[in-house]
Amino acid sequence: MLHTVNKSSFERNSLKSCLNTIDDTSVILLIEDGVISAAKNTNASMIADLAAQGRVYALQGDVEARGISSKLADNIKLVDYAGFVDLVVEHGTAVSWV
Amino acid sequence: MATKKFIYLNRRSSFGTVYAIESLEVVLIAAAFEQDVSLAFIDDGVYQIVEGQNADGIGMKNFSKTFHALGDYDINKLYVSAESLEERGLSADDLMPLVYEDEDDDWVEKPSIKVVSNVKLSKIMSEQDVCLSF
Repeated sequence: MLHTVNKSSFERNSLKSCLNTIDDTSVILLIEDGVISAAKNTNASMIADLAAQGRVYALQGDVEARGISSKLADNIKLVDYAGFVDLVVEHGTAVSWV
Repeated sequence: MATKKFIYLNRRSSFGTVYAIESLEVVLIAAAFEQDVSLAFIDDGVYQIVEGQNADGIGMKNFSKTFHALGDYDINKLYVSAESLEERGLSADDLMPLVYEDEDDDWVEKPSIKVVSNVKLSKIMSEQDVCLSF
C-alpha cells in the first residue's frame, strides 16, 4: 500500500497515526506540509527506521517550496509528480492520511 | 487616528493552508493605517521566513519575497521563537536576511528579525493592544 501524509507532524498527529497502522511492505509519501517531517528536526526519528529501509518518499516540489532541500533527513527519496504516479501504480491501494 | 500596538501570530507554514498569505495581507493593511505592527513566528510559522523557498514546482505564488518589502512599510519588529526554530533543526542563519532603514540613525540598514525565547515572546505579547492569530 501507499500512504500519503500531507500535514506537518508538528501540527497534527496524522503521520503518527499512519505509522501506528502501517504494515511491513507499505511505503509513505510525504506531500504538502507533510514534507516538513522529511527535514532534519526533532521529529525526524519518527521515520528514520522506515527511511533506512528505503520506504519514505517526499514530493520534490513541496520540499523546494518550503526551502528545506538542503536539510533533508537521511535516506529520504525525492520524487516528482510522475514519480508519485509510479508509486500509486506500483503499490496499489493508496491511503490518504488527511 | 489613535495608534494601537498590533501583533500578528503566525503559526503555520506557507503553502499548506491559506493562513500565511492572509496574515501578510492583513499586516500590510495595518501598516497602511500607520499602526504599530509586530509579527511573531512560532511553531511551523517559522518556515514562512526560511531562505531559499522555490514554489515553481507546486504552481503557487512564492509570496516569501513580500517579506522583504515590510521594512519599507515601517514594519521592522519580526520576532521568531528560538524554541520553534531549534525543534525544527533551524537557526537564524536559515532565515531570510530581512532589513529596514532606521530613520533615527541616518537610515542605516538594520536587521528586522529578532530570535527570542518563548518567555520573551510572552512578554512582548502582553505589551500589545491587539493580538491577531493566523
